[in-house]
Amino acid sequence: MAAIDIRAVDKSFQKLKVLHSVDLSIDKGEFIVLVGPSGCGKSTLLRMIAGLEEVTGGEIVIGGKRVNDLPPKERNLAMVFQSYALYPHMTVAGNMSYSLRLRKIAKEKIATAVAGAADILGLAPLVERRPRQLSGGQRQRVAMGRAIVREPQAFLWDEPLSNLDARLREQMRAEIKKLHRRLGATSIYVTHDQIEAMTLADRIVAMEAGTIQQIGSPEDLYERPANRFVAGFIGSPAMNFLDAQAAPANAGHARLVTEDGLTFEAIPGLELPSSRQLTIGIRPEHVLLGEAAGEGAKEATVDLVEPTGMGAIVHFRFADISHQAYHLGRASWRAGDSVKVALPTERLHLFDATDGRRLN
Amino acid sequence: MTVTMSRKRFAATLAHRLAVLAFIVVALFPLFWLLKVSVTPTKLLYSEGVRMWPSETTWAHYAFVIENSDFPLFFRNSLIVSLSTALIVTLVAAGAGYAMSRFAFRGKMWLVGLLLVTQMFPLVMLIAPIFKILSSIGLTNSLSGLVLVYTAFNVPFAVFLMQSFFDSIPKDLEEAAMIDGATRFMAFRQIIVPLTLPGMAATLGFVFTAAWSELLFALMLISKTDASTFPVGLLGFVSKFGVDFGQMMAAGVLALIPAVLFFLLIQRFLVKGLTAGAVKG
Ligand SMILES: Nc1ncnc2c1ncn2[C@@H]1O[C@H](COP(=O)(O)OP(=O)(O)OP(=O)(O)O)[C@@H](O)[C@H]1O
Ligand SMILES: [Mg+2]
Repeated sequence: MAAIDIRAVDKSFQKLKVLHSVDLSIDKGEFIVLVGPSGCGKSTLLRMIAGLEEVTGGEIVIGGKRVNDLPPKERNLAMVFQSYALYPHMTVAGNMSYSLRLRKIAKEKIATAVAGAADILGLAPLVERRPRQLSGGQRQRVAMGRAIVREPQAFLWDEPLSNLDARLREQMRAEIKKLHRRLGATSIYVTHDQIEAMTLADRIVAMEAGTIQQIGSPEDLYERPANRFVAGFIGSPAMNFLDAQAAPANAGHARLVTEDGLTFEAIPGLELPSSRQLTIGIRPEHVLLGEAAGEGAKEATVDLVEPTGMGAIVHFRFADISHQAYHLGRASWRAGDSVKVALPTERLHLFDATDGRRLN
Repeated sequence: MTVTMSRKRFAATLAHRLAVLAFIVVALFPLFWLLKVSVTPTKLLYSEGVRMWPSETTWAHYAFVIENSDFPLFFRNSLIVSLSTALIVTLVAAGAGYAMSRFAFRGKMWLVGLLLVTQMFPLVMLIAPIFKILSSIGLTNSLSGLVLVYTAFNVPFAVFLMQSFFDSIPKDLEEAAMIDGATRFMAFRQIIVPLTLPGMAATLGFVFTAAWSELLFALMLISKTDASTFPVGLLGFVSKFGVDFGQMMAAGVLALIPAVLFFLLIQRFLVKGLTAGAVKG
């Protein structure tokens, strides 16, 4: 187990620059989750740490040692691929023991390690099978088994669950969390899944177009996104955004007016020059509908109601812009109904309209 | 409803089987004829007219070919030349095909272009220069000279063939092996090669047959009996005075045996689906 330091790392593929001076320090035993839109460079970063991709600029340090020029085998990392990448001509046991056999470890020790890992992952009855005789979920477990029989400096995961169905994903997510608690190994985990990111991470790293936008605990990213990109990316359904302008202050507090005439009085602790352009963000689960909206609520038109079981996503329309609210419990509205909507001031996120920086 | 369905299906199956049968008959008929003539006594060959099977059969042609002709020698030569060519070409093509499949290197486009260009010339055009080159280094009338020429002509296509086999193996597999602690070469040997055996077997078989039946260069480059391969030997049955069909056909049947044995030997590697289960699925 080791700490990993990524210092000002750049990556280019020929002329295409895909990572721009990425800095990230990962503590020993920490579980880091990388999220970001497709093509933002998550896999590339992971593969550079693993030694599968050359580093164009900057330094990668694992356990205090610069590894830029070390081949993968000398970095002692374990990686779980999205495709699983099992060796088709070897049995489950053969797949899991390959790394140990390469290290010329004693046969008995290998057998113990493989049996132990197979037990943890519930693969014990399958060790003599070949990958093609396994289901998707079982293959995924073998891929994990191959990683945990070793004692690597760190685990790298590239979307390991994305080929599984929803149920199995949930199960494996819990397994991974347990495994991490048990082994306490440094882990870097790439995912597109919001729930995986929120539940597994000690810290989430949100990336966009080859740069890190924010690093922080899941709560940090959810409650205080550093900029508009993170605000829009973290959370599902996604945050609503409204364009607004600062109006002349009212007793020292900022007052905001949106394009469609909504006014927000008294934003606590915020002073803004008058007529400054900004973006207001509010999470769907913080939008109040109907009764809950109370006094001074605005009228909106319901576009669509999507029941999710636990609640419902209500799409509504102010002026001509569509927004979403998450309503816990049964939603009695139908498309076309008019509904009272309130956006509580204390729940608002404010971002600069030009650079997207957080203001409050 | 179900009756018409199953009847339709029956008709389709029948048509399919008949088509396959027709194909097999057309493909195998010359072989059958080869066999038939090889066991027909010479005296019946012209006297019985066209019959599916002679009224009397004989092994005399075989006995003559094995005991009284140079055919055993031609066989040995052919075997040496074809096996060496097949092995060398497959090894070279495996290495080159892997590089073409996995690495980006400078001049790759040019190399591919060049390999393609070599496939465009009619061989006849090249005979004179090749003869000149080989004779100046003393490689005419030698089996190594033939192996060299056959290797050169078979490598480009074999490289493309092997490249396509490597392309079909996910890159993740070697990367996983390297992360597990293998060098690139170990990953190639322990993970990729076992999975490309069908491809290598196909290449081996393809090159072996090509070399086994090559006539043009063998004829031009070899003039002595002791370095002749069997296709050249076959021509020996065509003399000024006539063609001894019985013996020629018997030699032909014998010549088929090594090729058939060779394919039987490699056929277990020719099965597909070795990579099943590597990825999600
Ligand atoms: N071998 C390569 N050659 C050229 N460009 C590449 C190569 N690998 C990746 N890229 C480019 O680098 C960028 C980042 O790719 P990367 O695979 O890291 O994205 P990602 O964040 O993992 O995306 P996804 O979520 O879809 O997996 C993309 O624009 C991609 O096209
Ligand atoms: Mg990726």
